[in-house]
Amino acid sequence: MNVVVGLVACVGFLVLAAWVFRFAGRLSGRTYFRDMELTTAFGWMLSVFVAFWGVYLYIFVESAVFFRWAVQGFVVFAIAAWLFRLLGRNLGPGGTRRLFRQMPLTASFGILIILLYAILAIFAGVLAPHGQEEIFAKVNVLPGGDPAIGGDPAHPLGTDQIGRDLLSRLIYGAQNTVGIAFATTLIAFLLGGTLGFLAATLGGWLDQLLSRMVDVLMAIPSLIFALLLMTIASAWAGSQPHLLTIYMILIIAVIDSTRVFRLARAVGGNIVVMDYIEAAKLRGEGMGYLIFKEILPNATAPLLAEFGLRFCFVFLTIASLSFLGVGIQPPLADWGTMVRDLSQFINFAAFSPLTAALPLMAAGAIALLTVAVNFVVDWMLHRSSGLKE
Amino acid sequence: MNAKQLLKIRGLKIEGRSDETWTQIVNGIDLDLNRGEVLGLIGESGAGKSTVGLAAMGFARDGCRISGGSVEFDGVDLVQAPAATKRALLGKRIAYVAQSAAASFNPAHRIIDQHTEGPVQHGVMDKAESERDGMELYARLRLPNPDEIGFRYPHQVSGGQLQRAMTAMAMSCRPDLIIFDEPTTALDVTTQIEVLASIRDIVEQFDTAAIYITHDLAVVAQMADRIKVLLKGDEVEEADTRTMLSAPTEDYTKSLWAVRSFERPMKPSIPEGATPVVSLRNITAAYGTTDVLHDVSFDMHAGRTVAVVGESGSGKSTAARCITGLLPPRAGAIAFDGVDLPPDYRKRSKEQLRQVQMIYQMADTALNPRSTIGDIIGRPVQFYLGLRGAKKRARVEELLNQIELEPKQYIDRLPSELSGGQKQRIGIARALAAEPRFIICDEVTSALDQLVAEGILKLLARLQDELGLTYMFITHDLATVRAIADEVVVMKDGAVVEQGGKVEMFRPPHHPYTDLLLSSVPEMDPDWLDDLLKERGVDNIGDAAVGKM
Repeated sequence: MNVVVGLVACVGFLVLAAWVFRFAGRLSGRTYFRDMELTTAFGWMLSVFVAFWGVYLYIFVESAVFFRWAVQGFVVFAIAAWLFRLLGRNLGPGGTRRLFRQMPLTASFGILIILLYAILAIFAGVLAPHGQEEIFAKVNVLPGGDPAIGGDPAHPLGTDQIGRDLLSRLIYGAQNTVGIAFATTLIAFLLGGTLGFLAATLGGWLDQLLSRMVDVLMAIPSLIFALLLMTIASAWAGSQPHLLTIYMILIIAVIDSTRVFRLARAVGGNIVVMDYIEAAKLRGEGMGYLIFKEILPNATAPLLAEFGLRFCFVFLTIASLSFLGVGIQPPLADWGTMVRDLSQFINFAAFSPLTAALPLMAAGAIALLTVAVNFVVDWMLHRSSGLKE
Repeated sequence: MNAKQLLKIRGLKIEGRSDETWTQIVNGIDLDLNRGEVLGLIGESGAGKSTVGLAAMGFARDGCRISGGSVEFDGVDLVQAPAATKRALLGKRIAYVAQSAAASFNPAHRIIDQHTEGPVQHGVMDKAESERDGMELYARLRLPNPDEIGFRYPHQVSGGQLQRAMTAMAMSCRPDLIIFDEPTTALDVTTQIEVLASIRDIVEQFDTAAIYITHDLAVVAQMADRIKVLLKGDEVEEADTRTMLSAPTEDYTKSLWAVRSFERPMKPSIPEGATPVVSLRNITAAYGTTDVLHDVSFDMHAGRTVAVVGESGSGKSTAARCITGLLPPRAGAIAFDGVDLPPDYRKRSKEQLRQVQMIYQMADTALNPRSTIGDIIGRPVQFYLGLRGAKKRARVEELLNQIELEPKQYIDRLPSELSGGQKQRIGIARALAAEPRFIICDEVTSALDQLVAEGILKLLARLQDELGLTYMFITHDLATVRAIADEVVVMKDGAVVEQGGKVEMFRPPHHPYTDLLLSSVPEMDPDWLDDLLKERGVDNIGDAAVGKM
């Protein structure tokens, strides 16, 4: 009951603040305030409130270690992104300079995050303090590295129930999860893109055949379909986890290629009816020239954007499959499995907020990459639509 | 402000956003409009006429902003007015008619439902009243079946009817001011007349003031009491219609007026027994099972221009598709230099394909937006003539010189970095690159401004004289025909109605359909529409006249 009363009081206070804010603004006589809706003013007040709360959390709440890290990391990356863009604007050939000049800060931020993940994934063996399968005697070490509250400087993020270093597993997780997702997306695009363009250009019975096959595959819910196929594959793979990983890559690639096929066919279909394709056909050009010189250059922007999105989805599918226990097999570290293994820690939230935040580290790693990729994708979409005008 | 004055715009400045900076696109325009007066705004595309028209409602498009000046409507400054005040005025006292009615109506609702929205919203009438009023307006605008037509969906009526329905919608609250933004540009000549006559009648009947935006001088001459000429966001001059037409003072205005005077000298008649370059013999063609061409035959001789004229849907473009082989005819044959061509383009040899080239109406979609100009023109050079490297580049530069574009400046650009007229020139260069004998020009000037279009026509004429090309010139614009054609073929409903030399075609007696087309082309005389309506009788204009034949 108290919570409800508190919430209502809070909202009421914000509405009042919003009204006062708008009233004060109108005294200045600016047209912006005159035409302002109360909801807009409420939004402003809410953001100010949240900002204050963030500052309070950052300065006064001792235990909000991860929050402080997140804020610091965000600020550092924002500055880095700004510097990165500045660098791009002043160095290099004219083409890339122009590219950087029109780049929003979010895109630059996204590119930096992706670069960071790539470096982590490639150099995981060098960067990680311990091996991903290495088991230490100290079990359930608390994160934070402070011995006074049960931490250990050698394990800044602590260890899990069987004594594996969590920081190392997080870094190796980048290698496994991101690497596999990238390979899967690439295969899905090669398969779906090629077939989609072919269907769009040739049309007729080939188009019908391919499209109906894709429809059948798309009619089955993808996660359940993947689970079913993975169950079969795990019987084939037997005790070889690497073979199972390869099967998983192929299965997810085929399922996701149906979406790519749809897109490639739709985009290709729009391009095929353009007059310049007709001109090329009347010139007597062959199929290869049509697809690679006339259609593909005009389809790259949507396809690239789709690549980014598809990458995120594949990534999440792998994480969900691992979470369900049929994806990447232990002892290989991966973020989906980590979330599942550490999920019981959430029960300790009342006693040790730091520990409870641990499963969020892996989940946060997934979320951050997804957001970063989408920032870049948004920018590409914007660029491609801008060029068409 | 005197009592008669309705709209007073002073020092209007509008900025547009591009590449993250604001650039001024309208540089301080003054405009006055009295009640019941019609003002014509003319200029090329990019002159800012639509932007000024929208600003008269206190509105700026996305990416634009009104940066200075005032727009006073009946004593209220719309630039400074709060949103609520503007909401009360727009739709009720100021209305807007957009260029493309087909794109502006919501396809999911019936016309009458969209018509009644404004009056109900503003509390002028209730829905039933407004529906009755709508039918009355439809009748006044001479729409067929006025009691029934409103209950159709937008796709169920023709373009010209939709444009009139939109005018009725603008009239629904009996506004004091209507802004017409190129309402007839997308229509055929015969339909255009009907819309023009309706708009003018209804504006007079209700004593509504109007701003009429167009790039067509002959149209504005019929509609406007006064004309204001804009160029790149500046006013060139303003005068009442008769003075403006008879005695323009500025050079730019004079050049606009002079466009229509371009005409080529007559060519000697075709020698007896000459083999035509392209000859269509009894072509019948169909999309699916519906015949769209019926027994079409005509010849095109070397070094001459054959204009194929007709309204949309008359089969002109289909005939071109048959010649290129995109649509193999169901019966009949096409001969090139006396030799029959295979009906399907896939069966034609490279040499046969090379001889027939095409220039498209929309240069935007005819050029690959991701290829540079050098690649676009260079490809046929390499493909047909086998030139590579320096030789290819030299040939491309030569072609660019031929179309009057500086090679060094343009060869590495993308199509998006060119203006509409320049893009069309690239389309011409691509056709020339194949060194063909026969070029099909499909409405090549209809998407361009008059001055630019004239430049393209002159270029085509010069190239014909230099290279001995044969043109098939598809158009619905008879002014263009008069300017460039040697022979004319008139088509209607997929059949040839009349054909012959240009001089004979423009001299009576004509086939009644040719007569209708010819007399429907607006002339620069302000009395032209009145005379025409008197001559034809009120019920016998446009669609109605076509139907009777």
